[in-house]
Amino acid sequence: MTWFSIIIAGIITYFTRMTMVALVDRDLLGERIKAVLAYVPSAVFPAIIFPGIFINDYGTFIEINDPKIFGAIIAILVGYFSRNVIATILSGLFSYWIIIFLL
Amino acid sequence: MFTKKQLLTKGLLSVAPHMFSVIPFGIVCGAIGIELGFSPVLVYAMSIIIFGGASQIVFLQLLSGGASALIAVTSVGVINSRHLLYGAVLSEYLEKLSFIKKLLISYLVVDQGFAESNKFFQKNKNEPYLHYHLLGSGGTLWICWQLATLSGIILGSFVPEELGLKFAVPLTFIAIVVQDLKKLDHVIVMITCGLSSLLFFDAPFKSYIIISPIIALFVAALVLRLKK
Repeated sequence: MTWFSIIIAGIITYFTRMTMVALVDRDLLGERIKAVLAYVPSAVFPAIIFPGIFINDYGTFIEINDPKIFGAIIAILVGYFSRNVIATILSGLFSYWIIIFLL
Repeated sequence: MFTKKQLLTKGLLSVAPHMFSVIPFGIVCGAIGIELGFSPVLVYAMSIIIFGGASQIVFLQLLSGGASALIAVTSVGVINSRHLLYGAVLSEYLEKLSFIKKLLISYLVVDQGFAESNKFFQKNKNEPYLHYHLLGSGGTLWICWQLATLSGIILGSFVPEELGLKFAVPLTFIAIVVQDLKKLDHVIVMITCGLSSLLFFDAPFKSYIIISPIIALFVAALVLRLKK
């Protein structure tokens, strides 16, 4: 049963990837929609970022002094000025670890 | 003009820095599956069949928590529905491909690969073999995801939970959008999405992950209209 569910979940996931690329004719999308689609990264990724910072493993909001908030702020600053992905990720992780392990 | 090989390499290099997040997260994913009591083969097979980090964890957590298969499958579908938006964006650059090639390359459309290849596509619209960039980025992510989840399955409980490795996930996406903080319209869209995701976090089937982008895109449409 679990195997069957995984296969169905896999087929559905594949369809989410394939439908717009292979099945939908791009000409059906008007110029207005195409202009709005330029915002997709900015409109999607914060839905992964915000809960990843502000909500803990148990589904509740974190405290305002949570080290993840500090780590995220450092990562944003480092990322903004360095334009470097590795520096962004590592500065965020290390500043988070420094707080939870050393302070 | 770039050759196919150059584009493939550029795609690979564009996602390589994200491995500092993808690999830890993959290890955590594999380890959680084992910890929840699922068989190693099953946990690993998900990385090939579903190939979607967060949705794999949610699926196993729901099943082990006693949820029905229907709920688990629906949640995976809802979480991964964001790929429809990625596909809509990418279709512009992939429209010249044959139907079969479209079917094959779709399997490799994932968050970071989409984000990095899309950035490249926007600057290099007229390259003839653009899809090789997506092949390079998506293929690299696929291989590393397989190796990482496999390592997690083998290492299992050796992965210390205190490290909070899952925190690498928001960080990798911060790295992707952080330069757009320079543009006010993007900032408005990002904040709309982020706040909506917190507001709708408890909506059924993890649907906040598609509800908030839809709200944010409506706001983007409004912003575009005001800009004119």
